Amino acid sequence: MQQYPLWKTLTLIIVTLIGALYALPNLYGEEPAVQITTTSGDPLPADFSATVAKSFEAEKIETTASRLEGKQWVVRLKSTDSQLKAADVLKAGLGRGYVVALNSAPKTPGWLHAIGAKPMTLGLDLRGGVHFLLQVDVDDVRKAAVDRYVNDIPALLRKNDIRYTSRKAVGDALVLEFADTEKLDKARSTISREYRELTLTTPPDATTPTLSARISDVEARTIVDNAVQQNLITLRNRVNQFGVAEPIVQRQGADRIVVQLPGVKDSSDIKERLRATATLEYRAVDESGDANSAASSGVVPPGDELFYHRGDHRPYLLKREIIASGAQLTSAQPTIDQQSGTPAVSVTLDASGAKKMLEFTSKSVGHPMAVVYKEVEYTTTYNAKGDPIRERHNVQEVISVATIQGVFSSRFQTTGLSNKEASDLANLLKAGALAAPISIVEERTVGPSLGADNIKKGTYAAVAGFLLVVTFMALYYSLFGLFADFALLLNVVLIIAALSIFGATLTMPGIAGIVLTLGMAVDANVLINERIREELRLGLPPHQAMNEGYNRAFLTIADSNVTTLIAAIVLFTLGAGPVKGFAITLALGLATSMFTSIIGTRTIAYYTLRNRKLKDLPV
Amino acid sequence: MAQRKRALVVSALLTLGAIILLATRGLNLGIDFKGGVLVEVVYPQTVELDNVRAELARGGYPEAVVQYFGGTSDVLIRLLPDPTASSAEISTKVLASLDAKANDVQLRRVEFVGPQVGEELKQDGLAALLAAFVGIGIYVMFRFEWKFSLGSIAALTHDAIMTLGYLALVQEEFDLTVLAGILAMLGYSNNETIVIFDRIRENLLTLRQRSVRDVINLSINQTLLRSIITHFTVLMVLSSLYFFGGKSVHGFAVAMIVGVLVATYSSIYVSSGVTVLLNLKREDLLPPEDKDEKIKAEKLAKAENDGAVV
Repeated sequence: MQQYPLWKTLTLIIVTLIGALYALPNLYGEEPAVQITTTSGDPLPADFSATVAKSFEAEKIETTASRLEGKQWVVRLKSTDSQLKAADVLKAGLGRGYVVALNSAPKTPGWLHAIGAKPMTLGLDLRGGVHFLLQVDVDDVRKAAVDRYVNDIPALLRKNDIRYTSRKAVGDALVLEFADTEKLDKARSTISREYRELTLTTPPDATTPTLSARISDVEARTIVDNAVQQNLITLRNRVNQFGVAEPIVQRQGADRIVVQLPGVKDSSDIKERLRATATLEYRAVDESGDANSAASSGVVPPGDELFYHRGDHRPYLLKREIIASGAQLTSAQPTIDQQSGTPAVSVTLDASGAKKMLEFTSKSVGHPMAVVYKEVEYTTTYNAKGDPIRERHNVQEVISVATIQGVFSSRFQTTGLSNKEASDLANLLKAGALAAPISIVEERTVGPSLGADNIKKGTYAAVAGFLLVVTFMALYYSLFGLFADFALLLNVVLIIAALSIFGATLTMPGIAGIVLTLGMAVDANVLINERIREELRLGLPPHQAMNEGYNRAFLTIADSNVTTLIAAIVLFTLGAGPVKGFAITLALGLATSMFTSIIGTRTIAYYTLRNRKLKDLPV
Repeated sequence: MAQRKRALVVSALLTLGAIILLATRGLNLGIDFKGGVLVEVVYPQTVELDNVRAELARGGYPEAVVQYFGGTSDVLIRLLPDPTASSAEISTKVLASLDAKANDVQLRRVEFVGPQVGEELKQDGLAALLAAFVGIGIYVMFRFEWKFSLGSIAALTHDAIMTLGYLALVQEEFDLTVLAGILAMLGYSNNETIVIFDRIRENLLTLRQRSVRDVINLSINQTLLRSIITHFTVLMVLSSLYFFGGKSVHGFAVAMIVGVLVATYSSIYVSSGVTVLLNLKREDLLPPEDKDEKIKAEKLAKAENDGAVV
């Protein structure tokens, strides 16, 4: 019998070892843990471990480990009691800048962890949790933008003494008519100077000099894009307040956002929070009042309201009157101040906001003005059972106080900030002003009991299926059946290893996919074995029959698996959530089964039978 | 193959029946495709459905569909999409009307699909089915020949319609997972077809004396045993899923089991039958240069013979 290529044997051994190694983490259990990340998403400070250790020392909480894992700080504990205690201590000690969440962390031993091995990620239908698909109302955003220039442009023309004979809004566009072309040209140049993002055209069928102004397509797309991006940032921040471990907030397509919160049982608070909008107000600071005494005594002068600064909690007395609100803000960008070269935030208001700002600043140069941010917020604490308790507060804070340097109306800057403060302020301004309303278009909540149930049922089905097939193959094909069984086992190990390495999510349909693969994987071996039997019947000597069987069958196996693969790819692209999981396990299973059924069984067959003088093959 | 004509007629009739079923009774579309709200709750003990209905009616949902879901304490509540009510509020309100906290009712799962998303999934699903057909058809055309390709597409169409017809008959809930099952079944059924085609091609090229029909017959017989065994193993694992997998994969298991049974039949009769109908000839499977050679040779022979007889 010819020599069997060494590389095939080596490949089999190496693949088996790697597969076993990377599938191994799934066998270790989990332990209670507390996960900490920053609210802003910035990396944790370098001395964090000392901060955490100090908090625990005081309360004498014992941890099994406390270390940085990826972007999170994970503290592992011995029991759920100490887990809850640790969470409380950390929340109190670390304050608002950090998100503290309860979680179960996998007990992967260090040496496996070092090679990057980790257990599979379980989908929501196996873990329990909440999945939302949110639709950003981009029409609203576009309409607001259109409304703005429909109102502002006539004001602009009036200010520049350009008369128009008529104006009307036609769909997305503002249509102005003029008495003569001279006025039209003046209008055109004025508008295009002030509003570079608008497209100005003259309708071809116009009888009188007419100008039509509308947002260019590029600009419209940018507006939508910005609105969705802004909502994404805002949502991420809000989701962090729920103390959920490993939340997912991602954009899906042009105007949708996916939010997944594993382990959450009750979705009503979250739904409310996700859809709430924040608001902004520009107000004058009342310099005559004493904010500190008002704060301590609780007596607020009439015509004023008491607010606290977001950062240092300094009290401020602000006048009741609102100069401009978030609805009038058209943009807020972090920038560099031309004069001082320091970071600043550049703000643009629309015509009505500009008018009031002009009035105010004309009277108030040298006096301070404040920005108030209003929102509904949730905090999450845990009761003795580990259930989350969520409380809502109305937040109203001063986010910026700046002295008015000069008279301005629609464009102004707030300076005196660090880089980070500038970008944070810009984000807050945008969150309070520009976020588009969102609606929930899809929700799937899986309770934890169903999750555990699914895992149990899925495992039973897989094990039962495996045993059935294994028994049948051994009985029907004797020794070669056993070879096929080994291949099947290796197949499952490889699928699990691949899922673990790629961090793919295992869902209930995913388990169904694995079970299906068990049945389909043997197909290759059935083909091979039947072919071998046929060749034996035709009179070929045993070893040759075996070789013929493998050679002939290979192409057929490859061909037939391709069409199932095509179905899997189509499913993957169609796929929403769980169905994607099915497509992945199906495709993976096909790939690994090709390897194990052919190379796997052949190698084993070679080594088992090579030295025997066979009269017949045990097939 | 002798029963070829009979088999094709039976197929055609059954397929027609399936189409009529689909058109009249229709599939029991789940909320994935129709949109709506699905709430599954567990009561601490057996509960009367009428009581649940009354509570829901009081809460403002008189048209809710309520049924048992695997046991008399496990209840599934279904609501059609309501374009007026604000989306996800519905699930919260349903729970409130059941007075969940007071009665210790445990929530197993909630699914809400807005009508827009439902519509999109429906269209995506149809597109996926189409894409699968096209993809498979192109692949077979590449590997074999266009007549085979038509044969395999015919078989797949037959499989899909029959399976969907069965689902319409028993009104099994048709959600995304079931669609996944159908697509997987199509891919798998084509496995079958390809193995047979492969054998046909091999035999056509080696057994030059036999007629095409004989070769097809022979090929099918040769691969029959292997087909049955493979289907047997797949049915084994599918029944394992059906019995142990629980409700979430139930529809999937049913779709695939029926699909595999139908596929067995179609791979043997429909795909080869259609191929024969299309007059598959040995030459169709020759690689292009050989084909040209043969055609040239034939032309030459004809020309020579047309010459004057000497």
